[in-house]
Amino acid sequence: MSRQLVGYAILLALMLVAPAVVYPVLVMKILCFALFACAFNLLIGYTGLLSFGHAVFLGTAGYVAGHSIKVWGFPPELGLIAAALAAAGLGWVIGSLAIRRSGIYFAMITLALAQMMYFFFLQAPFTGGEDGLQDVPRGKLLGVIDLANDYNLYYFVLAIFVFAFWLIHRTIHSPFGQVLKAIRENEARAISLGYDVAKYKLLAFVLSAGLAGLAGATKTLVFRFATLTDAHWHTSGEVVLMTLLGGMGTVFGPVVGAATIVTLQNELADKVGSLVTVIMGAIFVVCVLVFRRGIVGELDALYKRMTGAR
Amino acid sequence: MSEIFGVPIQAFMGQLMLGLVNGSFYAMLSLGLAVIFGMLNIINFAHGALYMMGAMFAWMGLNYFGIGYWWSLLLAPLAVGAAGIVIERSMLQWLYKLDHLYGLLLTFGLALILEGIFRDQYGVSGQPYSIPEEFVGAYNLGFMFLPKYRAWVILASLAVCFATWFFIEKTPLGAYLRAATENPRLTQAFGINVPLMVMLTYGFGVALAGFAGVLAAPAMQVSPLMGSNLIIVVFAVVVIGGMGSILGSIVTGLGLGVIEGMTKVFWPEASATVVFVIMAIVLLVRPAGLFGREK
Amino acid sequence: MKRKLIGALVGAAVMSMAASSVYAQKGAVKLSGDMVKIGVLTDMSGVYSDLGGQGSVTAAQMAIDDFKAQAKPSWKIDLVYADHQNKADVGSNKAREWYDTQGVDMMTDVLNSAVALAVSKVTAEKKRVLIDAGAATTRLTNEDCTPYTVHYVYDTYALANGGGKAVVKQGGDSWFFLTADYAFGHSLEKDTADVVKANGGKVLGAVRHPLNASDFSSFLLQAQASKAKIVGLANAGGDTINSIKAANEFGLTKTQKLVGLLTQITDIHALGLPTTQGMMFTEGFYWNLNAETREWSRRYFGKMKKMPSMLQAGVYSAVLTYLKAVQTAGTDDADAVMKQLKSMTINDMFAKNGKIREDGRMVHDMFLVEVKKQAESKEPWDYYHVRAVIPGSEAFQPLSLSRCPLVKK
Repeated sequence: MSRQLVGYAILLALMLVAPAVVYPVLVMKILCFALFACAFNLLIGYTGLLSFGHAVFLGTAGYVAGHSIKVWGFPPELGLIAAALAAAGLGWVIGSLAIRRSGIYFAMITLALAQMMYFFFLQAPFTGGEDGLQDVPRGKLLGVIDLANDYNLYYFVLAIFVFAFWLIHRTIHSPFGQVLKAIRENEARAISLGYDVAKYKLLAFVLSAGLAGLAGATKTLVFRFATLTDAHWHTSGEVVLMTLLGGMGTVFGPVVGAATIVTLQNELADKVGSLVTVIMGAIFVVCVLVFRRGIVGELDALYKRMTGAR
Repeated sequence: MSEIFGVPIQAFMGQLMLGLVNGSFYAMLSLGLAVIFGMLNIINFAHGALYMMGAMFAWMGLNYFGIGYWWSLLLAPLAVGAAGIVIERSMLQWLYKLDHLYGLLLTFGLALILEGIFRDQYGVSGQPYSIPEEFVGAYNLGFMFLPKYRAWVILASLAVCFATWFFIEKTPLGAYLRAATENPRLTQAFGINVPLMVMLTYGFGVALAGFAGVLAAPAMQVSPLMGSNLIIVVFAVVVIGGMGSILGSIVTGLGLGVIEGMTKVFWPEASATVVFVIMAIVLLVRPAGLFGREK
Repeated sequence: MKRKLIGALVGAAVMSMAASSVYAQKGAVKLSGDMVKIGVLTDMSGVYSDLGGQGSVTAAQMAIDDFKAQAKPSWKIDLVYADHQNKADVGSNKAREWYDTQGVDMMTDVLNSAVALAVSKVTAEKKRVLIDAGAATTRLTNEDCTPYTVHYVYDTYALANGGGKAVVKQGGDSWFFLTADYAFGHSLEKDTADVVKANGGKVLGAVRHPLNASDFSSFLLQAQASKAKIVGLANAGGDTINSIKAANEFGLTKTQKLVGLLTQITDIHALGLPTTQGMMFTEGFYWNLNAETREWSRRYFGKMKKMPSMLQAGVYSAVLTYLKAVQTAGTDDADAVMKQLKSMTINDMFAKNGKIREDGRMVHDMFLVEVKKQAESKEPWDYYHVRAVIPGSEAFQPLSLSRCPLVKK
């Protein structure tokens, strides 16, 4: 257990000095998507629910944060909280509808409802439609720290990520998390043991939505705008890919997956153009066929094999 | 000029007709999807990309090999079907024992690959494909203007859909197919080559998509994006109709096409979402779909 | 123990954050007198890739080569390019990265209004120059104007004022709009409707279609039912192509005239002349206009195997103009260059007597063109009759109406 802690500590130390070597805005983007993927993983990896419309929470929170900060003049921390709550609220609505069915039906309902929200965003005046919600001021954190400075913002984003990651970590390793895993493994048995499975699923969904929303709101602060792509089903597909590649059902997998995909897209955008989509698709195919455990999953298995049965 | 619900009858009838055309496409595509799901338990996300490939093959056939429309109607679906068989043998067959979701993810990846390749080659502005000589022009029916090509599309798709339904429900081969879906082990024990059936089913399902693609080429633009624009709506159609039900897909496809058309008359901005709203409602009330059976 | 460790780490993070407010910004721009770096940010693979895309990159490179040949500068000029994939966050991130870490001095093309607005903000924040040759939104020179953005080729006002006004004057006085249901379409529809009404015409109705709609037939039925003389297409790219195809199929073109409000020669090439003949719209450039445009365009054709759109030709002119401005100003400092840009007159194959105003709007002549019939076309890409030249002073929004805070009233 403490070995894990040392590992996290080292990582944190690395993250603290990262902006000295890597472009901070890129790292912030990775952190936001890593959080998004971790939140998504809470559902697929730990509860066994494939939400194929998760981008809707990213987008909703992005717009709420942008609007509240830009138009209503909220300070950044309040804007983030409001956005995360909005996403959680939407999560409650969508979750309540989707939870009633399972497996493929669940995925299709989330896709459909996300698509409806997408079209709502397309037409609603406050989102700016295709133009997007632009020029969101970063403001001053707690009225003191100017977030327009990329470095200040970086540490703020890192703090948010660490907090949210810790929250997910605690959730997974709590009794609540155990019930979720039980539901993933064998829902019928969990029901027979007396657990109100629907309530647990809904709670997981709301939590996942809220955290995804937090990621979206933070992203709005970093880039200073919220656009339709945040809510598009391609983004939903992307987060699935990140989690799949990194390792579904592992704590750190989504982070690795997000970092890989974001970096890949960033590097390849200039060099290969359309073929980025082909590469994304190829990764999907390869992962599903031969790499289902994902990077972290495979590393974990390798480690276990090398050190003997645990 | 007489009116229905405050809309001139010409506009109304025109929309009805167009709704039927769109519905025909929905029906054919969802038919392919339903057949594949019924048999393989796989949600074929690549269906849109394969539909696009059908249209692309028709275009490529015309521009590179001088193959005309009528030959394309035969050859393009065969080519797409062959591609489908390759996909099934090389990738899909390893997934049957796994959770359905993996099939969805794999085919999603395939869709990205196929679209990316065509996009890289051809851009997205779309290639022109002219309406075949026989169908240029329209019938002026007085209360509406019916383009000949669109009328042909409706007839051709209805014919194909009906032929498929007949084949699956009424012929011995179709019976084997249905048996293999219900109980592969037992069917195999009777000496029927189930893996072969599965492979042919996938090939047939995507060939249907390819056929729809060729039909679409003269009517819409032949662009690498044409499939992704359509695929989610077709999913919704399949879910509403009930996956695994042939009749359900056909009727739902046509019906939703008409409903979408009507929405375009009275409330155009909502036309993109009406199908999803209906899907959400149906899923809540009757999750197996209007015509489906709970599996 | 665990709790203390976490607390310490979080505390360290908070302190670093507070300390970094005095941290000097890494990668601060060194104003290199010896190197000018130009960035072409465009859509390489999406709906607008034929309007800009690789063609814009080629055009920019041609401008750099031509400038080097004419002016023989002592300093280096470098070109970078990237695909924004029609995503504002990709575009904005790229712009930031270019400015922060690659020393890019000027960006161009940047089609897609959403991306353009975002990049314009970043450009102002980092004090560089944006000469946008690709986007349509008038916001770039009104509400969202900055001292560092030039809007080069066209905007929705010019599109409306050219096509709309000329068509009304030629007898097209009743209109029906087919509009892409997002900001670009709305503004194009509104601008055109205003122009139509101001010139004595009537707007009989409009119908909005979802972006990237797969089927326009139902909307076109409504257009036909309206019996308007003119059907105005307030959309672009694939949507325009789809609408036109469908219009032909339904025989709309027999009784009504189609006006594509944003149509380019690449769209005509994709659709073919039999389908598009007779269409009238505003253009910013035509390769076959005169000897100068022909000469340049054939060189472009040699590289791209297609004739240039107004965006691509505009990129060429924008880069050339920028380089000339840098040479005259003697520096690539943004303020100095912008001052020079706004004081010079632009004369090249793209624009004659072009001027950049206080609000950043580059004013030049636009053209009203009509698509030829198949029989009238002498060679591939010979698609237009140029029916009228719309002088810059009429084509663009007058300065007096500008909502840009930079304009002194």
